[in-house]
Amino acid sequence: MLAGGILKGLAVTARNFFESFVSKERLTTVQYPDERLPQIEATRDFPFLVYDGPDAMAGLRCVSCQICEKECPPKCIFIEKSTDRKPDAAGKLQFYPAKFNIDISVCMSCQICVEVCPFDAIKMDVEFELATDDRFGGLLLDKQKLAKSNEYYHRIHPTEANTVDGKLAAARAKVAAAAQPKPQVAAPAVAGSEVKA
Amino acid sequence: MNSVQYADQIFVLLKQWLVSLFPAPLQTAVGILITVVTIICVFPALFAVTTILERKGLGRIQNRYGPNRVGPFGIFQPIADGVKALTKEDLVPANADKIVHFLAPVMLVIIVFLAYAVLPMGRNMAAVNMDCGLLFFFAIGSATEVAVFMAGWSSRNKYALLGAMRAIAQMISYEIPLMLSAVAAIMIAGTLNLQQIVEQQAGYSGILPHWYVFTPWGLAAFLLFIISATAESNRSPFDLPEGESEIIAGYYIEYSGFKFALFFLGEYLGMFSISAIAITLFLGGWSAPFSFLAWIPSYLCFFGKLVAMICCFIWVRGTLPRLRQDQLMNFAWKFMLPMSLFVIASAVCWRYAESWQRWALSLVVVAVPYLWLGHGMMNNRKLEQRVYRYAE
Repeated sequence: MLAGGILKGLAVTARNFFESFVSKERLTTVQYPDERLPQIEATRDFPFLVYDGPDAMAGLRCVSCQICEKECPPKCIFIEKSTDRKPDAAGKLQFYPAKFNIDISVCMSCQICVEVCPFDAIKMDVEFELATDDRFGGLLLDKQKLAKSNEYYHRIHPTEANTVDGKLAAARAKVAAAAQPKPQVAAPAVAGSEVKA
Repeated sequence: MNSVQYADQIFVLLKQWLVSLFPAPLQTAVGILITVVTIICVFPALFAVTTILERKGLGRIQNRYGPNRVGPFGIFQPIADGVKALTKEDLVPANADKIVHFLAPVMLVIIVFLAYAVLPMGRNMAAVNMDCGLLFFFAIGSATEVAVFMAGWSSRNKYALLGAMRAIAQMISYEIPLMLSAVAAIMIAGTLNLQQIVEQQAGYSGILPHWYVFTPWGLAAFLLFIISATAESNRSPFDLPEGESEIIAGYYIEYSGFKFALFFLGEYLGMFSISAIAITLFLGGWSAPFSFLAWIPSYLCFFGKLVAMICCFIWVRGTLPRLRQDQLMNFAWKFMLPMSLFVIASAVCWRYAESWQRWALSLVVVAVPYLWLGHGMMNNRKLEQRVYRYAE
């Protein structure tokens, strides 16, 4: 029939209209600020720095090796290495980042920094509500803002965090066993290379 | 006068009373002023209601909620929209013809409001009871093309100009079937006075009214009129002049802030006025749909029909995709124009034949060309899977 297709289309839209009032399955919209979808475990957006122990600045896993800074494709990471050494969470003397800035307006969430880090010190975050009225300062995250605890890491990516913890514990045990007769020198580099291997 | 008549004429009486408060030399001017102010308040208010109705309706059609943040169920959204439009920066392109750029939206709104002068919105409720009211309406209505082209030309932007040229081509093409289908109603009514056209349809046989849409020629003319009206008011599926996905809003492109809001207002007011004319010509204007509902005040009938028409426009917008330019022109010149001529012939049959023969004759004169022209348009093409010769 001529114009039958138009009538068929009108029937479909009319059905959509009326059924959206009775059947909730039709309305797939999530009313975002009020309700949220559960987080998918593989979600990632911007990097953060993991720390162990209670003190964020003292417990940073980062030893300021600057591999991530060199590998970062858009060059959004800026690290200033410390001149002195401080004991890390395991009590070993380590360099630490005097400054560690990530400009998330430049970051492209590629995760390369995470992949190259030999110390599992940098991981991907899931925080996405980062809107700010200060587009330069507000999007340049410094060490204090980037540091997040290992417990937080467990909360957002449980499977991945457990794997990482297992690897770190194994590496530490191996180093401890190997270093039993000798005094501890260059332990972090060995530990790091073993973790990657 | 009984209470039903009082309810029907309450606004007319109110105006008479208000006018009588003023000294005699001022009375004419005050009467005009009251009418004009009422029209300028009522129809933009209807526009505000329509925007929220449209956004929520389209949302539901697409299985969304639509705006629901401002106020309960989002009913204050039009106020938020208005505040946004007023506070937005008003940009004028550096190379634009600034005076024409400013005048285009103003002119569109003024022209559209002028058309409201002759609309009978209830019994004895028209701003001007003009003997050639319909002629006045079409004469004013065709001037909107000038405003649209002013907007497109003055913006000094290729998309604006393309949009304006599309708008002109479309409006001129569809104005012909629009007027020819109105001619059929004029021939039967024998008058151009819109009040009289309504009064001729206000009778009843049994409980059914004598609306022209209930005759074969009237139904065909009504459908042609509505299709042309959709094209005239640049609404989907005839929204090529805007063409958001191809020419980025067409002649609106360089408008922002309140000038854009004025264009929006003008477009919707144009849709209301042309719907009102369709109601007047074919749907019995302010007369009630059944004889036992005749106690309903005439203005309520009119506005009820108007809202129903607006809902139909929204429904069609939510259903049909945009046409292509060649489809648009083919449809106007190869289908709409000949069909409207056949509708006139059908109205002639209705006028001169008697009893059942008038029904049969006018039906045949409309239905046969419809099938013939429709199949001619289809050109033996069937809807089938599209085959790409090179892309795959």
